Amino acid sequence: MCLFRDMMSYFPEEVLEHVFDFLTSHRDRNAVSLVCKSWYSLERFSREKVFIGNCYAVNPERLIARFPRVRSLTLKGKPHFADFNLVPHDWGGDVYPWIEAMTKNGINLEELRLKRMLVSDESLELLAKSFPNFKSLVLVSCEGFTTDGLAAIASNCRFLRELDLQENEVDDRKGHWLSCFPDSCTSLVSLNFACLKGEVNVAALERLVARCHNLRSLRVNHAVPLEALQKILVKAPQINDLGTGSFVHDPDSETSKKMKNTLENCKSVRSLSGFLDVNPHCLPAVYPICTDLTSLNLSYAPGIYSNELIKLICHCKKLERLWILDTIGDKGLGAVASTCKELQELRVFPSDLYGADNAAAVTEEGLVSISAGCPKLNSLLYFCQQMTNAALITVAKNCPNFIRFRLCTLNPVIPDAVTNLPLDEGFGAIVQSCKGLKRLSVSGRLTDQVFLYIGMYAEQLEMLSIAFAGDSDKGMLYVLNGCKKLKKLEIRDSPFGNAALLSDMGKYETMRSLWMSSCEVTYGACKTLAEKMPTLNVEIINEGEDQVEASSSPDARHRVEKMYLYRTLVGPRRDAPDFVWTL
Amino acid sequence: MEKIGAGLETELRLGLPGGGGGGGGCEVEKNEKKRVFSEFCGEGEGKVAENKIEVVGWPPVAAYRRKNSGRFSGGGKMYVKVSMDGAPFLRKIDLSMHEGYSELVNALEQLFGCFGNIGETGEALKEEDECAYVPIYEDKDEDWMLLGDVPWQMFSETCKRLRIMKREDAANGFGLHAKDLLKGLSNED
Repeated sequence: MCLFRDMMSYFPEEVLEHVFDFLTSHRDRNAVSLVCKSWYSLERFSREKVFIGNCYAVNPERLIARFPRVRSLTLKGKPHFADFNLVPHDWGGDVYPWIEAMTKNGINLEELRLKRMLVSDESLELLAKSFPNFKSLVLVSCEGFTTDGLAAIASNCRFLRELDLQENEVDDRKGHWLSCFPDSCTSLVSLNFACLKGEVNVAALERLVARCHNLRSLRVNHAVPLEALQKILVKAPQINDLGTGSFVHDPDSETSKKMKNTLENCKSVRSLSGFLDVNPHCLPAVYPICTDLTSLNLSYAPGIYSNELIKLICHCKKLERLWILDTIGDKGLGAVASTCKELQELRVFPSDLYGADNAAAVTEEGLVSISAGCPKLNSLLYFCQQMTNAALITVAKNCPNFIRFRLCTLNPVIPDAVTNLPLDEGFGAIVQSCKGLKRLSVSGRLTDQVFLYIGMYAEQLEMLSIAFAGDSDKGMLYVLNGCKKLKKLEIRDSPFGNAALLSDMGKYETMRSLWMSSCEVTYGACKTLAEKMPTLNVEIINEGEDQVEASSSPDARHRVEKMYLYRTLVGPRRDAPDFVWTL
Repeated sequence: MEKIGAGLETELRLGLPGGGGGGGGCEVEKNEKKRVFSEFCGEGEGKVAENKIEVVGWPPVAAYRRKNSGRFSGGGKMYVKVSMDGAPFLRKIDLSMHEGYSELVNALEQLFGCFGNIGETGEALKEEDECAYVPIYEDKDEDWMLLGDVPWQMFSETCKRLRIMKREDAANGFGLHAKDLLKGLSNED
């Protein structure tokens, strides 16, 4: 160690900093900062991008104290299961304190990326007015703001390059936020407002696009009709990521022909999405750009049937990423398998959530075809009607490179469709074959056995989602004991209880978080865990039928409906609403 | 054929895998620790029964996606006319944009600017309720129904139009009819 230090001291700090510059991953930087005190110090002053996977693991003050030169901040708020309405809206994750603290401390913020956070208009206004060099705002699955907040961003951020709104719940005040971009704004590179519900000033959009010569990514919302998009694209032939709005017109009309010609001229488009409303007969207009397309997202496109999808996809030989609805059917997936040899990521979403039309869904057949035809496949999200162990075993053999594997059977406890056995063996094959697997979601009828396999083989697993699975505490124990790299574990409606929860409390310090809902853990066990582990926040969400009177202390044997625990450096959070108890 | 409306949590239980042989569909386990889908009893081959259970958050599709994909065959939009007693003109509302009765009532209140005044579902007819209005809808059979009795999905598929009725009219509905009847009778005398 001494020798090492002496050697390192031959390098002046500037050189080390320069070396650190090449480290882009925050994990690498974290590792580097642990080497020795001088590296820690050097690294913290040179770090510009900070990633905080759980906004309650630290607080703004600590962020600023350690990384005073931070320019780009990524924050994540609510736990993942919040996406499925399992977490009340006002649970927390407000970005305001972060923005406020950075303002007060003279941070030169340029980029803010938020996921599942609460973002108010006040936050956006403060952001817009406080950071003169602000360049990039990316909001994913956030809520709490309106188009007024967007207007503040548009008006005040003079060097804005990126405004990317993905799947947010935005209250559309029908103001003219787009018109708030001043004429002097020419810096936009990426503009995505597909999730907005209201009207936009199409003329203002056209002018904005025309003056932003560096625009590479444009995703419009439902309110931008085909005619308007065509005119806009004439001004932006350099675009490489396009999200259409409403793609509806008479396919024989002049407008449709113009659209086809315009798209032929957009030779750089590599990513296509949108079609928030679509006349399938208009789809041929996009065939010219299909040849070089690497990413296609039709998962929000209603009413395109299998044949039309197949016709479109047959043009997309270079596709690497495909997001689609299960209306494509097994037959359509067969076509994908024959055409898209470069495919790496596939997501098949359910088109009908209430089971009225089962014919639309995909089965294990589609998945097997894909695995056979697309050997580069490494990321999967697959909602299916049914599955078999044999299919999963075949998939595991064909595609050993999975990094993300998420399977969701529409019936969460459906067994193997042929043998009626649990799907343990199938998932077991996946974890055994895919040595690089980092994320896994299991479904279907599953016993403790599948967790034995996961614990045994899934050495790189970082995130595991479990629902309606397992028989006993053993299942959860296999996972906690076996998966050394586990960071996030989320479990619902499974018979795991106190013995599993308390067996290795130190494990949770190595993880970001654990979510357990509708399991068998009791109030007493959660309290014990909280008492023994001061570096964890153990939160109980207390609401609905299960609600206990705040004044009375619940019985230790009382089953806890929703528990969320996470490691933290800063103790219990002070903004927890009434229904969240930190034990 | 039970269908539980979205938003109500079912008690779910898993059956043990059938020991090798048939009947693997579903054996209801008495053991309190197990969870089993009692409704998913297989028919011999363990095929999924036609009836589906709506479980909170399953399938795990993000709330945003649920609201924004055309959920019903044909592309999704389900605009119905809404009339409100006393309002000069009708409005239209897209039922597919909402996931439940509370959301719908909120949206109606926003549409007509009468916050807190529309009674939610069956509670609206109680005397103690302060709400001035009662929401009703016309179904496929052309009957006027009180909002809230049936599961949300069934409602949104059968609702043809909505009316926000004054509570007095709703409460006195029968009374009015009876009075008219009596008037009619007395006139005929």
